[in-house]
Amino acid sequence: MKELLILGAGTSGTMMANHLRKTLSKKEWNLTIVDQEETHYYQPGFLFLPFDLYKTKDVKKKIDKFIPKGVYLIQEKIECINKDNDVVLLKNGVELCYDILIIATGTNIAPHEIEGMCGDHWYKSVFDFYTYEGAKNLRNKLRTWEGGNLVVHISEMPIKCPVAPLEFAFLANSYFINKGMRDKVDITFVTPMSGAFTKPKATEALDYLLEQKNIKVIPDFNIEHVDGDAKKIVDYAGEEVAYDLLVTVPTNMGDEMIKRSGFGDELNYVPTDKATLQTKVKDNIFAIGDATNIPASKAGSVAHFEAEILTENIQRYIAGKELKNEFDGHANCFIETGNGKALLIDFNYSQEPVKGTFPLPGVGPLSLLKETHLNHMGKLAFKWVYWNMLIKGKHIPFVSAKMDTAGKHIEETIN
Amino acid sequence: MIIEKTYGDLCVTCNEQGYLIDLNQWTKEVGSEIAKEEGIAMTDRHWEVINYLQDQSRKEVPLSIRRVGKSGIVSIKEFYHLFPKGPLKISSRIAGIPKPVSCI
Repeated sequence: MKELLILGAGTSGTMMANHLRKTLSKKEWNLTIVDQEETHYYQPGFLFLPFDLYKTKDVKKKIDKFIPKGVYLIQEKIECINKDNDVVLLKNGVELCYDILIIATGTNIAPHEIEGMCGDHWYKSVFDFYTYEGAKNLRNKLRTWEGGNLVVHISEMPIKCPVAPLEFAFLANSYFINKGMRDKVDITFVTPMSGAFTKPKATEALDYLLEQKNIKVIPDFNIEHVDGDAKKIVDYAGEEVAYDLLVTVPTNMGDEMIKRSGFGDELNYVPTDKATLQTKVKDNIFAIGDATNIPASKAGSVAHFEAEILTENIQRYIAGKELKNEFDGHANCFIETGNGKALLIDFNYSQEPVKGTFPLPGVGPLSLLKETHLNHMGKLAFKWVYWNMLIKGKHIPFVSAKMDTAGKHIEETIN
Repeated sequence: MIIEKTYGDLCVTCNEQGYLIDLNQWTKEVGSEIAKEEGIAMTDRHWEVINYLQDQSRKEVPLSIRRVGKSGIVSIKEFYHLFPKGPLKISSRIAGIPKPVSCI
């Protein structure tokens, strides 16, 4: 018997377990998946939890519920990968040998990277919403908050789900309007980028949203430290932004295990070929999702498209065939804009988001780069799709792994 | 929108914000001319940073100011000193690499 080992049972790892158990012979291949967690979180729901739009039960289920029969789940911490001997060492001392390894250990927030962020004020006046704990604590804070300066802040790129901070600002606007206290809240969006939108077509189509929702943008802000006592964030050029409530996206980093294994870049991401998803660490090690260093968005939709191509490439690797250079960086995201509306964007490595229809060219029913109620319904429906189709590795109708250019208003544009 | 610009003897293509479309068109002379437009007098230290940024860009590593600060090439404080105001935006333009962007 040969061994295929998957590290991480989040979105990517769970999808790969489901895909591969269907495609690899049970007589020839044992499949094992390792994760220290007991809960599988629906991470897109962390955006809704702070505003009481989702309940905690909407965003978590038991991790083993989604691991298919015939895949052995080990719930234990991973110490490191010994790539030279094709062995993974677990925290409890157990050694797992593998013929093929898939790294799907994701990315997490690293608030300790920013001076002063994790101090006494963490989860009192400084919050994240990229973790279950952060989103839940922020919900409790917002329930009783009486208003002031709300600062929504991105520490540095890359981050998971790059549009989530902007969606948070949009939803906060609706939330405070509905509570009848929008006049008591100033919303400021602080970003290290050159603006809330950075691509030409998106800027042209969406800039009005910021003015409409009265959200002030402070661009080019590179945080140096948080002064929790004085309630301000300070950047390297000395610029200061005062807050009463800071909702920040801390530096995102890959798992510490990658660092302990002796590879990974300065943010613990695994060097990976952006088209084949084979790592540059060793031929029999592949990586998927947020754990890689590929220049695609860190998002579930990207992982979903990657999973289809990686499944094929694992089969090709086993058969000794050349790997397909097929992954094009395809991403597809709903963006909540508040008041029951949302946008939809579809893009890849080279094509920026443009207007058009999705998934059927010229038909839709969803509109790209345009605020509609139907897109919002799509985002809500996506929760069901996630739990019932996506992580179980079922194909989503009409949506292909490679981006479709039909139905998109594409002209010669420059990223 | 693509704009043709002439720096010295060379004609290069830029986007509307003056960033080179193709790093292969870049020469040190082009970089020097863009630096003049940005009001920066280049020194050896400036070029060391530019070389590092180009190297990272060729490897398709997404750049951020904090990542540059961790590189060991230049501290963030010195990076701001060399390219005041928007260090990564300005140095990227001089280096002939794209301005850092998000997905929308």
